[in-house]
Amino acid sequence: MILRLALASLFARALTVGMTILAIALSVALFLGVEKIRTSAKASFTNTISGTDLIVGARSGSVQLLLYSVFRIGNATNNLTWQSYQDIAARADVAWAVPISLGDSHRQFRVMGTTVAFFEHYKYRKSRALALTDGVIISDLFDTVVGSDVAKTLKYSVGDPIIIAHGLASFTEHKDQPFRVSGILEKTGTPVDRTVIVNMEAIEAIHVDWKSGAKTPGQSTPLDVVRRMDLTPKAVTAALIGVKTPLKTFALQRAINQYPEEPLLAILPGVALQELWAIVGVAETALIAVSAMVVITALIGMMATIFSSLNERRREMAIFRAMGAGPATILGLLVLEAMLTAAFGAGLGLGMLYISLVIAQPVIDSTFGLWLTIDSPSIRELWVLFGVVLAGLIVSLIPAVRAYRLSLADGMMVTR
Amino acid sequence: MILAGEGRILDLQGVNFCWRGRAPFALSIPDFSLGSGKTALLLGESGSGKSTLLSLICGTLLPDTGCVQVAGTDLAALSVTARDRFRAEHIGVIFQQFNLLPYGTVADNILLPLSFAPKRKKCAGDAMAGALTLIRSLGLPDNLMNARAATLSVGQQQRVAVARALIGQPPLIIADEPTSSLDAVNQTVFLDLLFQQLANNNASLLMVSHDPRLGDRFDHVFSMSEISKIERGAA
Repeated sequence: MILRLALASLFARALTVGMTILAIALSVALFLGVEKIRTSAKASFTNTISGTDLIVGARSGSVQLLLYSVFRIGNATNNLTWQSYQDIAARADVAWAVPISLGDSHRQFRVMGTTVAFFEHYKYRKSRALALTDGVIISDLFDTVVGSDVAKTLKYSVGDPIIIAHGLASFTEHKDQPFRVSGILEKTGTPVDRTVIVNMEAIEAIHVDWKSGAKTPGQSTPLDVVRRMDLTPKAVTAALIGVKTPLKTFALQRAINQYPEEPLLAILPGVALQELWAIVGVAETALIAVSAMVVITALIGMMATIFSSLNERRREMAIFRAMGAGPATILGLLVLEAMLTAAFGAGLGLGMLYISLVIAQPVIDSTFGLWLTIDSPSIRELWVLFGVVLAGLIVSLIPAVRAYRLSLADGMMVTR
Repeated sequence: MILAGEGRILDLQGVNFCWRGRAPFALSIPDFSLGSGKTALLLGESGSGKSTLLSLICGTLLPDTGCVQVAGTDLAALSVTARDRFRAEHIGVIFQQFNLLPYGTVADNILLPLSFAPKRKKCAGDAMAGALTLIRSLGLPDNLMNARAATLSVGQQQRVAVARALIGQPPLIIADEPTSSLDAVNQTVFLDLLFQQLANNNASLLMVSHDPRLGDRFDHVFSMSEISKIERGAA
């Protein structure tokens, strides 16, 4: 009966209660949305590379090695010699090794030299392999496979020519050795989308006429001659390593870190990703704090609404008191109404979040490469909803106690 | 002043109450009682202490000194919760106007006191059937049970208020100027229905009004000045 009357009372004040519910719903949707983006971004971030047991590069910092080898951010301070790479790749406990050579660019996109093994062993989002939307994987020396963002931004299709620029911010281009787009990769939501992938040997080929970072004046080796040359690289930027058994990973890492021929660094990608995420975690915390403040603001708005309605509801409280309701019942009624308001707001907010996710999921995926998963509410999300209802109860106690005191003072004597 | 009756449903002895609000006053009622099954009309102008007296009888106010007994129970001896429960079980209240919860249905309003009074609820039996019987006897159609109180006319609201006060047969009905917003014809109809139901339930009625013309219908008529004394500014 009391629950039904509380609901009827809320419906009778549909406009103000509706606005309060909407404010709470929007704040809850924002909070859960931020939470969803945060967890999806973290999942997407940590799933940038998977299936790779170690990343090897010249000795530097683990985060720095991760940044330039996987995220194509920044540059290597040094390279890894081809001999060292081959030594590591030839070890008995190594199942596979993929060399990576970075340094050149095409328009604003990084160029990465590698082998076809990259397409076989690079995995993202747990175990997803790279796939082509069009064309084929590199078959010719001057073939290139471009990421989806590269193709979309530069409007490339299979067969289009590509000229690679020397370095990252150089006006000098390798015009003598044009490449051809042989394939376009599917969207992955990883830095691969923004990468131009070429043959490892092609990186050597375009630098045949270059010495000490500059083109040798007057020298231009014909392409057919270049094709017949030994294009084995002298150094690589980094290498992705897969071990035969996971138990060997730490032993291999230790062996590489103690490699006597040159100072190398082997990192576990998962650990380095966590380190990197911890660095950006401050922004994550700030984002959660801001959205939590929005929820608190909405709940304080609800408290203000209850306060403002108290005076006009004194007659109603007097009727309850005359019928035998104690002041505690009056307090309970207001708290119950606030909890129902908060619960409706939380439920509506959850609904708004899911509708928004359904609408925005493909747009966000194609625009930012961020895959927002749509699944049933997590335990954490359910706790957030419960917390909103509980917070609604707590903030409503202040006006409810005021109503309690008013009903004690008024009794049945409210004449207006 | 003792208003005759076999047993006393209401008994006030040496009651003094001091109101310490913005306009302080002291109400003093030396001796007042009402017999079971009797009806009394209490006349008084605004500010004569009528509402304070009703609050003292209902137990939402307690006297500074003296004793208020309803059905033989000293209200001051009860805890706050017990007093609220006692009021729900023993007293039906009819207000002057704005009587009902506007967002509730007629059924919600009639059944409301039973939520706080288990014995009265038990006495009512099938509460919904009892409420239906009451509104039929008060001349209201059955289909009004699910109508929102806010949609009723003033006359209909007052009848529903009577049904709410009578459901579960409380022994004492307190009415605070229930006819003041009705025209003469509807006043007569309303009082006819009220007295008929009181007779059916053998309930007592204490009604306050400023209209002495209603006096013919009551067993006893008296004024506030006869039973009480008021001192202004006596904080």
